[in-house]
Amino acid sequence: MTRQLLASVRALLLATVVLGLAYPLLLTGLAQVAVPGRADGSLVSSADGTVVGSSLLGQGFVDSSGDPLPQYFQSRPSAGDWDGAASGGSNLGPSSPELAEAVGSRRAEVASFNGVPESQVPDDAVTTSASGLDPDISPAYAAIQVDRVAAARGVSADEVSALVAQATHGRDLGFIGAPGVDVLDLNLALDRAFG
Amino acid sequence: MTGWLQVAVLVLALGLVHRPLGDWMARVYTSGEHWRVERLTYRLVGVDADAEQRWPTYLRSILAFSLVGVLLLYSLQRLQALLPLDNGMASVEPSSAWNTAVSFVTNTNWQGYAGESTMGHLVQMAGLAVQNFVSAAVGLAVLVALVRGFVRRGTDRLGNAWVDITRSVVRLLLPLAVLATVVLVLGGVVQNLRSGGDVTTLAGGSQFIPGGPVASQEAIKELGTNGGGFYNANSAHPFEGPTAWVSLFQVFLMLVIPFSLPRTFGRMVGDRKQGLAILGVMGLLAGISLALISSFQAGALPEGQEVRFGGPLSSLFAASTTLTSTGAINTQHDSLTPLGGMVTLFNMMLGEVAPGGVGSGLYGMLVLAVVAVFVAGLMVGRTPEYLGKKLGRREMTLASLYILTTPAIVLIGTAVAIAVPAGQAGMLNSGPHGLSEVLYAFTSAGNNNGSAFAGLSANTPFYNTALGLAMVLGRFVPIVLVVALAGKLAAQGKVPVTSGTLPTHRPLFAGLLTAVVLVVVGLTYFPVLALGPLAEGLS
Repeated sequence: MTRQLLASVRALLLATVVLGLAYPLLLTGLAQVAVPGRADGSLVSSADGTVVGSSLLGQGFVDSSGDPLPQYFQSRPSAGDWDGAASGGSNLGPSSPELAEAVGSRRAEVASFNGVPESQVPDDAVTTSASGLDPDISPAYAAIQVDRVAAARGVSADEVSALVAQATHGRDLGFIGAPGVDVLDLNLALDRAFG
Repeated sequence: MTGWLQVAVLVLALGLVHRPLGDWMARVYTSGEHWRVERLTYRLVGVDADAEQRWPTYLRSILAFSLVGVLLLYSLQRLQALLPLDNGMASVEPSSAWNTAVSFVTNTNWQGYAGESTMGHLVQMAGLAVQNFVSAAVGLAVLVALVRGFVRRGTDRLGNAWVDITRSVVRLLLPLAVLATVVLVLGGVVQNLRSGGDVTTLAGGSQFIPGGPVASQEAIKELGTNGGGFYNANSAHPFEGPTAWVSLFQVFLMLVIPFSLPRTFGRMVGDRKQGLAILGVMGLLAGISLALISSFQAGALPEGQEVRFGGPLSSLFAASTTLTSTGAINTQHDSLTPLGGMVTLFNMMLGEVAPGGVGSGLYGMLVLAVVAVFVAGLMVGRTPEYLGKKLGRREMTLASLYILTTPAIVLIGTAVAIAVPAGQAGMLNSGPHGLSEVLYAFTSAGNNNGSAFAGLSANTPFYNTALGLAMVLGRFVPIVLVVALAGKLAAQGKVPVTSGTLPTHRPLFAGLLTAVVLVVVGLTYFPVLALGPLAEGLS
């Protein structure tokens, strides 16, 4: 057994150097040279060039007291308050009374904020995502926000809809996953177009 | 409709790859030649690569390798704050470090901790990802030993564990992981050494943007059916699973080796139809499971689900991650419908054999095949035999202990946890769903899966210790039994095929094996499933 243990120690030290250091570091170098933007997290900047987030990570478009800002499209609710240091979901099961209550009150809020009947509020608008950082909303949720954003910015709904269309992605390759609208990209485009 | 197209493309890709990959793996484990880099490895490690081992030595090599792995990984976490690239994280506290060390060495990758707030880049790369490679290699080594047991005659030698582990890494896992990393990086998975930092968001708030060498770890995490996420949200995190096609590619990665191994098995035993029969059983069970979970999840509220993945891909991922022993997630399993969640539980309860973990899935299925042959033998009153080996009292004792081990761990563990206050304190949901959370945790740990109904607050001394124990026993008791079985089988001669031999490459046997898998599991777990997810789903 001693011989096997000594061999194990040497084998694991070797594995640590090769698989634990050389492998990830060489690939990091390669990624940083080939596609630095993607390897660093697809960061995006506002018009003045400051980084405002990642096109892959959802963020909250709310004021300091947590109320939604009407001039921005709103993300889905987040179980972790869009904190990049605490990703995760609510873990509430469908039979949870807490979840039912949260969904009900969110539906009422979203409906009144956007001036639409509750029946038009899609499910992704009232549920938290798996990561707490979902960058997307469904096209249906974007659609019910268009009039409110247009009114808050004093522009026509058609102009806003055109930007929504640009920020919308279909299913990957036409059949993988689901369509969505990247909210940060969309809001950046709004700021660029209308100041 | 597009949901099933995703499945069709996945099945097509697996179908195309499983032949060349399966044949390649057979060559890896039967070739008499050492590559130069492997010779260098054997010299540095100090082992004689040409000396074949008896089963006790083969087993000791694997156990020693795993034991040292646990100690090394535990030390790395405990010393984290003193080492470079710690990203300012504190050293991990003892019960969590023990749980995590055991978790990664046993190929479970249960995570009681949240990656982005616990593990610095050094521990992720040099600790956790190393075990992602070598724990998968250990699974392959044990499988190869068992297959050699069926192939060889009248010998006490099973091969050399060091050679099997080294070749698994050098010729299989590392090259595939490099390829997969390139694809993942192109797909947007991050790969950097940033420690992360705050940015001012568009609305004037502040958001922490994490960094990390994620793609290189993600690649082996799926390929090695490990499943431990770099971040807490695992493959649902946009930096791990940025787009839907990347998520589908990850499903492919976790299935590709387990579904190719039956081909390897067929090659090695010299009858590809034997491999095809096993593949058929795995495919059938996986297909049924996917159909069930997809129908139970249809129209469910997208709580715990990402918009870009949508319902069907989330169900496909949930099924694949629990059918293999991966345990990565792209949707929160705790928020699945009661019956959808029950399917993921049931997938793990099958013993992770359809297709199961890398190596471990097939050795589990082969033990069940032994049991199936025995059952058939009882029906006709003949001494059962499989692949030319007689299954006598000693062989059947080992196989029976194997199928009893995991259920005992799961059920006793769950019973203890819901009986003691420290266990009850961890449940987030109440009633049957609370029981499901605890049952899921012990099922996941005992079967070395690692996914969770994450509402359970498992990062407590009680759960860290108890689940750590469940993972150790759930991994190594079966390994001891399998290697011992391999030794007994190799020592036998070969029984000639007669008209009374049960053909084990026909649909009849595949059907029998499927039935044995389902009946053994169903009878063992039905009572507790009735109290948990079934009670919740029907109420």
